Amino acid sequence: MSALATEATILPNRPGLTGRISDFLWKHPYVLLAVLLGPPVLWLGIIYLGSLFALLLQSFFSIDDFSGLINYEFTLATYKQLLSDANFDIIVRTVLMAATVTLFSALIAFPIAYYAARYAKGKWKAVFYLGVMLPLWSSYLVKIYAWKLILAKEGILTWAFTKLNLLWLLDGWLALPIIGGNSLSVSYTGTFLVFVYVWMPFMILPIQAALERVPGNLIEASSDLGGTPQQTFRHVLFPLALPGIVAGSIFTFSLTLGDYIIPQIVGSSRLFIGQAVYAQQGTAGNIPLAAAFTVVPIVIMGLYLWMAKRMGAFDAL
Amino acid sequence: MRSDRSTSAPLGLKIAAIGGLAFLHIPILLIFLYAFTTEEKSYQFPPPGLTLQWFAVTWNRPDVWEALTLSVKVATIATAIALVLGTFCAAAVSQTRFFGRETISLLVILPIALPGIITGIALRSAFSMADIPFSFWTIVLGHATFCIVVVYNNAVARFRRVSGSLIEASMDLGADGFQTFRHVILPNIGTALLAGGMLAFALSFDEVIVTTFTGGQQSTLPIWMLEELIRPRQRPVTNVVAMVVMLVTFLPILAAYYLTRDGDQIAGAGK
Repeated sequence: MSALATEATILPNRPGLTGRISDFLWKHPYVLLAVLLGPPVLWLGIIYLGSLFALLLQSFFSIDDFSGLINYEFTLATYKQLLSDANFDIIVRTVLMAATVTLFSALIAFPIAYYAARYAKGKWKAVFYLGVMLPLWSSYLVKIYAWKLILAKEGILTWAFTKLNLLWLLDGWLALPIIGGNSLSVSYTGTFLVFVYVWMPFMILPIQAALERVPGNLIEASSDLGGTPQQTFRHVLFPLALPGIVAGSIFTFSLTLGDYIIPQIVGSSRLFIGQAVYAQQGTAGNIPLAAAFTVVPIVIMGLYLWMAKRMGAFDAL
Repeated sequence: MRSDRSTSAPLGLKIAAIGGLAFLHIPILLIFLYAFTTEEKSYQFPPPGLTLQWFAVTWNRPDVWEALTLSVKVATIATAIALVLGTFCAAAVSQTRFFGRETISLLVILPIALPGIITGIALRSAFSMADIPFSFWTIVLGHATFCIVVVYNNAVARFRRVSGSLIEASMDLGADGFQTFRHVILPNIGTALLAGGMLAFALSFDEVIVTTFTGGQQSTLPIWMLEELIRPRQRPVTNVVAMVVMLVTFLPILAAYYLTRDGDQIAGAGK
């Protein structure tokens, strides 16, 4: 195009204040960008990142054992305290729980996602979608409350086991060391069940998204070439669904890692990371140690996200 | 040609899928059953009898009403802030190319990607360092921070489908930026914003972890609920509140679903 044509398309400036402002923004897109980005970036940058850095900074301070006041000098003593046996146990326990919850969530979520992605059509597709979305978004505390009703000694689970004459099985399970306890609502088994129930829906949608992108003819090609359904699953479907599973596991793992309400309400008296943070900043008043504890999930999730990114999990989100 | 095999699922898969959905929904159904039980001292199953009296008792409880009002107020203001900030951010990220776009997306997602306790304790220690007293507004501040991402996600998805040529056409025809926003952009992204706003409202209405850290003496409905969970005092009232909370959160979710379902029919999509 020549300069003549360009010149002919330029209109006179718009009249009025709003016209002048919009002309100015159109000619200076970076000003528009700054106007749009300014408020959210300032909000998140100052309020959120600012607080986060202030917190992390405190983990390098220590607390004076006698006065209970924070000693504002750079030290690694708090991190040494974090790695002491008792605190390290809390970290290991939480990571093990998060890993188990993630594994079982994947096992339960996969068939739902697979059915919704491949077989559900029309109305059923909507039923599956809402069937996952409603529990996912409904109230977190009410879901925990529901499990308090279920796991209570006089609740539905004991009732069902009694009716089926399987009460010995439940009692036998509760008699097991570590995972057992006086009743389900004060055992690790109970904590585990509630964790799986509350976080599992987050696993379904990413797996479903990954499975929906697997072309149907790949499955057919595999069986045409003589693959049994098991072989097809093992060598074709599962590798292609893996990024979705990893994407979902980011949620289940991270959410379990930081939760302190579920183990407080359903579980034994042994602490998880979230409870330790809560106790340290609240009753103990040891903000530096609480801050050091929060670094643990941040570091673990950082590593986890880095690995997930390498496996291509972010394309499945 | 597609073979017909793919139209019906193997029986094992069907059972596992339906079993999984049942696992998700049976606890919710129990909440509805327990709201009507006559038993007030324990969580006995099956309920010895059914009654409607607890609805009346709950209706006359001022503490429940106070908590509910506070929750609605906080959620409304937090949603309004999140709508403005989330839409701005989505517009900037999707309509322009600039250095650091990825970082902005990460920044928006971070408050919800990191465990709530980290957000909560970070805000709490920042507030106390800055000598800001805990109040209604500190709760709103915390809630708005993590609600931005919900609005942002919905708006970004829709902005991608709104064609840039529509905006240019509107400007070429003499509309200024504000008119273009009002008459061209807003009608196209309206339902996505409404859906995002509803989900943000549901998220804020239900939030408990950040609220425990940023709230002072005020108790929102989830805080009230948490107190009852730790030290059950009035089980029947809690049962009714749990059912009502469930119903209240279902409505925005269903509405958001119906609003975004027909998102493919956006003017200028695919251009």
